[in-house]
Amino acid sequence: MKSKKLSRSGLLLAITIVLFLLMYVSGMLIFSDKGFAKPQMFLNLFISNAGLIVIGCGLTLVMITGGIDISVGSVTALICTVSAFMMENMGLSAVSALIASLFIGLLFGVVQGYLVSYLEIQPFIITLAGMFFARGMTAVVSTEMISIKNELFLKWAKTKIILPFGYTNKKGVYIEAYIYPTVVIALLTLVLIALMLKYTRFGRALYAIGGNAQSAVMMGLNVRRDKFKAYALDGFLTGLGGFLFCLNSCAGFVEQAKGLEMDAISAAVIGGTLLTGGVGGVVGTLFGVLIKGTIASLITTQGTLSSWWVRIALSALLCFFIVLQAVIGSVGSKKNRAKLV
Amino acid sequence: MSQPVILTMKQISKAFPGVQALNQVDFCLRQGEIHALMGENGAGKSTLIKVLTGVYQMDQGAVWLEDRPVQIRSPQEALSLGISTVYQEVNLCPNLTVAENLYLGREPVKHGRIDWKESIRRAGALLNKLSIAVSPSAMLDECSLALQQMIAIARAVDMNCKILILDEPTSSLDDEEVAQLFALMRQLKQAGVGMIFVTHFLEQVYEISDRITVLRNGERVGEYDTSALPRLQLVAKMMGKDFNDLAVIQAAPKGQVDSTSPPVIEARGLGHSGTIKPFDLTIHKGEVVGLTGLLGSGRSETVRTIYGADRPDQGSLKVNGRPVKISQPLDAMKLGMAYLPEDRKKEGIIPELSVRENIILALQAKRGLFHLMSRKEMEEAADRYIELLQIKTPSRETPVKSLSGGNQQKVIIGRWLLTNPDYLILDEPTRGIDIGTKTEIQKLVLELAGQGKAITFISSEIEEMLRTCSRMAVLRDGAMVGELAGDQLTQAQIMQTIAGGKTVQEDK
Amino acid sequence: MKQKRFSWQRLVHARLFMPLVCLAVVLLANVIRTPDFFKISLNNGVLYGYLIDIINRSSELVILAVGMTLATAASGGQDISVGAVMAVSAAICCQILSGGEVSVTSLAAPIILAALAGVVAAALCGAFNGFLVAKLHIQPMVATLILYTAGRGIAQLVTRGQITYVRVDAYKVLGGYIGNCPIPTPVFVALIVVIIMAIILKKTALGLYLESVGNNGKASRLVGLNSALICFMAYVLCSILAGIAGLVASSRIYSADANNIGLNLEMDAILAVALGGNNLGGGSFNLTGSIIGAYTIQALTTTLYAMKVSADQLPVYKAIVIVIIVMLQSPIFRSLIAGMKHKRTVTVNEK
Repeated sequence: MKSKKLSRSGLLLAITIVLFLLMYVSGMLIFSDKGFAKPQMFLNLFISNAGLIVIGCGLTLVMITGGIDISVGSVTALICTVSAFMMENMGLSAVSALIASLFIGLLFGVVQGYLVSYLEIQPFIITLAGMFFARGMTAVVSTEMISIKNELFLKWAKTKIILPFGYTNKKGVYIEAYIYPTVVIALLTLVLIALMLKYTRFGRALYAIGGNAQSAVMMGLNVRRDKFKAYALDGFLTGLGGFLFCLNSCAGFVEQAKGLEMDAISAAVIGGTLLTGGVGGVVGTLFGVLIKGTIASLITTQGTLSSWWVRIALSALLCFFIVLQAVIGSVGSKKNRAKLV
Repeated sequence: MSQPVILTMKQISKAFPGVQALNQVDFCLRQGEIHALMGENGAGKSTLIKVLTGVYQMDQGAVWLEDRPVQIRSPQEALSLGISTVYQEVNLCPNLTVAENLYLGREPVKHGRIDWKESIRRAGALLNKLSIAVSPSAMLDECSLALQQMIAIARAVDMNCKILILDEPTSSLDDEEVAQLFALMRQLKQAGVGMIFVTHFLEQVYEISDRITVLRNGERVGEYDTSALPRLQLVAKMMGKDFNDLAVIQAAPKGQVDSTSPPVIEARGLGHSGTIKPFDLTIHKGEVVGLTGLLGSGRSETVRTIYGADRPDQGSLKVNGRPVKISQPLDAMKLGMAYLPEDRKKEGIIPELSVRENIILALQAKRGLFHLMSRKEMEEAADRYIELLQIKTPSRETPVKSLSGGNQQKVIIGRWLLTNPDYLILDEPTRGIDIGTKTEIQKLVLELAGQGKAITFISSEIEEMLRTCSRMAVLRDGAMVGELAGDQLTQAQIMQTIAGGKTVQEDK
Repeated sequence: MKQKRFSWQRLVHARLFMPLVCLAVVLLANVIRTPDFFKISLNNGVLYGYLIDIINRSSELVILAVGMTLATAASGGQDISVGAVMAVSAAICCQILSGGEVSVTSLAAPIILAALAGVVAAALCGAFNGFLVAKLHIQPMVATLILYTAGRGIAQLVTRGQITYVRVDAYKVLGGYIGNCPIPTPVFVALIVVIIMAIILKKTALGLYLESVGNNGKASRLVGLNSALICFMAYVLCSILAGIAGLVASSRIYSADANNIGLNLEMDAILAVALGGNNLGGGSFNLTGSIIGAYTIQALTTTLYAMKVSADQLPVYKAIVIVIIVMLQSPIFRSLIAGMKHKRTVTVNEK
């Protein structure tokens, strides 16, 4: 009597993990001479995608409720540019930039969340408007690229946390593996969100809303409030993720993080979160992010392919998983129907 | 009745633009009674319930729980006051487990986190107490509709509800499931829960309810002890007039079956794997053939296969003696078929489009993309069927969604009559609509058969089928198991055929 | 008094009321700012003036808005890949014309052939979108998000990351002028698209089919409509129109700039549809409204440019406008407003 739906989403997650391993191992075999097999290469996946992991977590929350947020990429650009502007052009501290980032994220979350949950406007339209708004605001803040040279900020960004393992390079020198603080924050956030989804009433309410919002109302849940909270939290996480992204890029400009929303949505979908809501989780999203990172590393390591291929490959993969979801979903419902008869 | 009154609603009024939905309605419910709320569509039953559950705010009136006046502003508030509702369409979450559905929003929490073990344990105990046979860790969408309904009731019971509203809970259940539900209701009655039972099924009212309140046109007609109100009088009170139409129908001659020309429909071994096993079915001109069986026995699936809504994957079909291949509904329509689907809202009406567009849609689709009907032609067609079927609509340009259920159904019937079909499939045309319209539809079926059309009629109400059908095919578990005609067409015989096989199967 | 209010309400609720008012407001604002706004002059045999400029520049948007209206009606969602599809179509067309060179002054292939190839490529994009939406029932915006992000990448690949220039007069006609005609060609292209679409809607049942399918796909299938095919066709049509718009845009700058052709136009097109009084949730639609909406948006864009707002910053204003429109469309917001009005009348009555 083990649940079919669970195993369905479990199946999707399993496919994702296997795919990730397959891609990574084949990368190690093909590009072993280019350092793909080194442990640091693996850790770099986390380092360069720390922001995306956090943003992906936020997006997963709203996707579980059956919603979506495509403003995350532009909001990230806005956060980076505002942070850079505050530190470089206004001479403010890194702490105030962090606070501003979280505030901007939260503000977007709150406004979009209000419009989506209390006025019941399609989340796509609202966050599409949010996406254009944020991108435009970035240009209002600064049309020039601003590099960040703030000391504290760079210290946050580049303090190496040495791990108790490493590898020996060709010259026989032992090199320790390391990560940046951003990775710790990202993984901590991931664990917290995962626990929240599993062990709090709010977390379960999100699943209920995604499963059948009307039922959730009838069962006494405050659906509007919970949905609103999901978007607000998503906004906050975008703020945090955006700042982590900024720590990684150390710059702000208008065209930054273009298509990040696509990366985040792909990561969630590839990780087994259903576009229709009600099923999914952030652990899957992590693997989705790792797959995206692996594709990017493979294409960069290969060297001759244009960077556009990353986006195209990821789109193709997203497409594949969407089709997979549709197929697995329809097989499931067919089974159910057969059983009814 | 010596039981104390637990709910009093006094002088409740509620108006919507253009309609006085409730006009000074009184209602009272005692502890441990099952109180049937009866009335035709538009009588105000659902409005009254929505006022009680906080979905609507009343314009005037007062509500007392026991002797305490209360204000109910939202469904949540109703729940916290001990008023729970179980709807026809189950309001649970299919993507969660049974236990989660039972405790959603009030999960047992230990050390600040949900205690899943405790949740499963409690759910098991609760389901056991109410004799509901399902595992707490099963996914809800794996449970039958009846089970889901009972789980919804279990949830209400566990939330200490004192008043349980059952809004058409039995519409999609078969007899056995209804019996299970009633057993559960009796158990709750013993526990002192007051229940408001809304249904269209008269038999069920007489089987289970203690008292009946009848509403008509937003006003209360009266409150009666069930045992003191004969069935015919109940119907009369609901209709507000002497009720002779049923008698008229009973006397009406059934269609003249023309068995000389080749049958309109002749299915041989037609089937759709997964939904309906191969079946044979022959229907002649002027014949009304009923399909009966329990819910989920394959009644709808049979006609869907003939019509091409589900593409048949085996067997053959002859229409008017000629072998045909139907792969989509349009093919069937071109062969003179028409299909009124079971689910009016989801598969019948196009809600935003006008009555006119809804009526001409099938004919237009049949003519094709490049042969647009002229505006005048459309209007004439719409007006003709609005008049013929007495569709109550402000104008032919009114969006069909703002019509009542019965009138929507008439629009769809009009849509198909306009295509002048030889073979008409009516799948539950009378479900969820008022008795007056039900009778009209039954009369219409006989009239159409009289004109020489072949008709397949499906209904959950056997009496209705007995009145209209000249022959009935019986289905069970996705297979056609027998045909009855002539003297065999009695309620007892049909019941036996529907149920009969069960013992045979168990023997296997 | 009562009668007057009644007719006033009917006017307000007329379908074209909103779009026309919006257009009037934008034009009025312009006239106040620049008194010679409506002035049209003839210079070198070519018409000049703000108005001409707006009408000329909105051509692509009008074409997109027509397609977007159909896709919205049939699926209840929007196609956000139209801008990227424009780039793909332009890239294919220019690449064929240039024969793979970065910049050419003579054609490597007939224009008709290249244009056709561009439109066919666009149609393929539409088929991809349509397949995801109609067959796999993916939410339209997620489905089209794929091409929204990947489309420009594909266009980049086609042009090998370069901006392909076709410096041939014959190619400039589509975005410029035909012979000595004083009116810019794009205006005619938009007009032809609109006229063809109007004829199709008038003479065939396509409009009814789209509305029916967008409203209730399951029911439509049972009355003999091929819901999936109709929805699919709407997306193909939407992309074909985007392809045509892409050719016009490319001809204006006689090049294929994969990064900038049709940039942010998807937003404008959605805005035009919403401004035209169409429900973004699908079902019934109003093409005239969308077209008026498109001109309004372009008028707004031109106005903002005139107010020295940079192209990068434009989306801020448009985003605000679209949020306001969807709020006004939201039944809940309306009932909130109505509730406030109602309360006010109640208090008046009590007095």
